[in-house]
Amino acid sequence: MNRKGGTTAVTVQSANDDIGIEKRLELYRLQVEIRDCEKRAYDLFMQNLIKGTSHLSLGQEAIAAAFGVAMEKNDKSFCTYRGHAHTLARGVGMEKMLGELMLRDVGLMRGKGGSMHLTSVEHGVMGSYAIIGAHLPIACGSAWRAQYLGEPDVAVCFFGDGTTNIGAFHEALNFAAIWKLPVVFVCENNLYMEYTPIHEVIPVENPAGDRAGAYGLEKIVIDGNDADVVFRTARAAIEKARAGEGPSLIEALTYRHSGHSRADPAKYRPSGELEKWLERDPLKIYRARLEEHGVAGDTIAAIEAESKRKVDEATEVCKASPPAPVELLTTDVYADGGWAWRN
Amino acid sequence: MAELSYRDAVIRGIAQEMERDERVVMIGEDIAKAGGVFKATVGLYDRFGPRRVRDTPISEQAILGAAMGAAMTGLRPIAEIMFSDFIAVCFDYIANEFPKTRYMTNGQMGCPLVVRTGNGGGVRFGAQHSQSVENWSMMIPGLKVVAPSSPADVVGLMAAAIRDNDPVIFHEHKALYATKGEVPDGEIIDTLGTAKILKAGSDCTIVALAMMVPRSLEAAAILERDHGIKAEVVDLRSLVPLDTRTILGSVAKTGRLFTVEENPRLCGWGAEIASIVADEAFWDLDGPIVRITTPHIPLPAADHLEDLAIPSVDRIVARVSRVMNG
Ligand SMILES: Cc1ncc(C[n+]2csc(CCOP(=O)(O)OP(=O)(O)O)c2C)c(N)n1
Repeated sequence: MNRKGGTTAVTVQSANDDIGIEKRLELYRLQVEIRDCEKRAYDLFMQNLIKGTSHLSLGQEAIAAAFGVAMEKNDKSFCTYRGHAHTLARGVGMEKMLGELMLRDVGLMRGKGGSMHLTSVEHGVMGSYAIIGAHLPIACGSAWRAQYLGEPDVAVCFFGDGTTNIGAFHEALNFAAIWKLPVVFVCENNLYMEYTPIHEVIPVENPAGDRAGAYGLEKIVIDGNDADVVFRTARAAIEKARAGEGPSLIEALTYRHSGHSRADPAKYRPSGELEKWLERDPLKIYRARLEEHGVAGDTIAAIEAESKRKVDEATEVCKASPPAPVELLTTDVYADGGWAWRN
Repeated sequence: MAELSYRDAVIRGIAQEMERDERVVMIGEDIAKAGGVFKATVGLYDRFGPRRVRDTPISEQAILGAAMGAAMTGLRPIAEIMFSDFIAVCFDYIANEFPKTRYMTNGQMGCPLVVRTGNGGGVRFGAQHSQSVENWSMMIPGLKVVAPSSPADVVGLMAAAIRDNDPVIFHEHKALYATKGEVPDGEIIDTLGTAKILKAGSDCTIVALAMMVPRSLEAAAILERDHGIKAEVVDLRSLVPLDTRTILGSVAKTGRLFTVEENPRLCGWGAEIASIVADEAFWDLDGPIVRITTPHIPLPAADHLEDLAIPSVDRIVARVSRVMNG
């Protein structure tokens, strides 16, 4: 769907079955787990067990899940403050994620990073960047290192539609294109830049797609709510990058079901818009897809039950975990582990 | 031992490390074939090739962002920001990205890179190409900040900066590029966070950095000859880490402290040093701590005005002698 709610052409069609049942189940499992985990994060906010702010991507699960499945273990992902989904999609455990949101010792950074800075180097999750656009050049740097050392990993960089108006977006695209870097830029166009509809702040229909040509790249605009479509696009772009054929810029059309952040009730949305998009909920679409492909109802139910169990278990682990230990306050400012700036 | 220019010392320091470690790579605008606008990278492209010495578009954010991404994942990039004033264009990386990476990931990743930049005034480039900006980065936890004054220090501190596991902002002083000095042969590796006493003295301590070092040395010679004041001159060499031991030791000996700063007065590094000394060595002091700085103005282009703004040898002599003679 485009921003006016109509259907838009996609460059990759979902037709024949080249994905296979195993990957399909994985795609569904990830989407369900991301959804459940983020819904739990919302509940935990309500109980005041998560402080500060946090940005959910309810409704955008297909993109994270599809890239998670399409990426190889050594590939690196770079995401934003809206990075819970991308972190889980790379295989990071729920208790690590929720624990960080709750600022507990069990969290990914033991509470030092918080929800906007989820990082798990071990899983190739190379940071969540809270300054809009900063990570696009950083992803280029990771790709440059891979190219320089002849290492096969690809950098995948997720960001929002609003980000396409930042200088670093344009610098990174140009830079990646001229250096032919193995990087895949993924714009999750959820139609809003915080509270402002994206079409009010850009002069083109597709914030990323319409600008790709300026950097010699193909225009790729896809249905971001269909995990199969995203998966095929991701696979093609990652393979292209890995083959040394340079970067891609993908615009995946999607919608966030909740507000921009914890504080936002999303009152600015026109009535009926959310309802329309709920009909195109990626989980709903994918459940039907599995049924279409003959997956038994029991199998689907088992995936859903297992996800709920995992979230409950993770929640209990996090609740029982102590808060970030006090001694972490002054560790790791400098590479020697400490914070001494003077002798 | 050979006589080398400050500019050639930059090249030698980088070459030494590129020779030693294949992970050391360079990016920046016009640094490759052209050899840099200050000619401080001449010959590196020919020696190490386009793979290791790469020109970039005019994209300061891409330069620092890419250096960071490469550093985080295994390289040792040296990124050039042509004029230090331009750091403002990519300050996000200096302020928010490099220095916070290690802390907020709880040590999962660091950012071992060097940002080299042409800093400082005295060459009539006007208000947007002459600033002394070392205090911009000094205030940010997680960065290291270096500003050498002599060719030998350039080589050794460059090597130390490249080998350091933290992000280092390396300020090369534009007005010093042509100056010369003896540099020992062979591999040189210095230590960050070590100040040097370049002239011993018993009456007062003058703490200086970069271009203010040769000026302070000249002033100290005049003070001794014409005023009988024996000033000890300390070259800080790096602001972070800061060698407070050497500063406090010198003040304990002389009882008087002057800082000579090229940066505008407000929040200059001298204020931090004055505060440390007032706090920790108050009873060693025989008089007020005095800061000699550029006034709180943008730099003018006109030569006589620029000369009035930046602390000169005459101004240092006049100020120190007046204060010392009460
Ligand atoms: C440089 C910068 N400017 C402004 C902000 C504040 N801000 C946080 S999220 C956001 C909206 C970003 O929108 P978009 O890129 O579409 O991403 P989405 O939130 O939709 O995922 C803004 C303006 C910021 N974090 N960084």
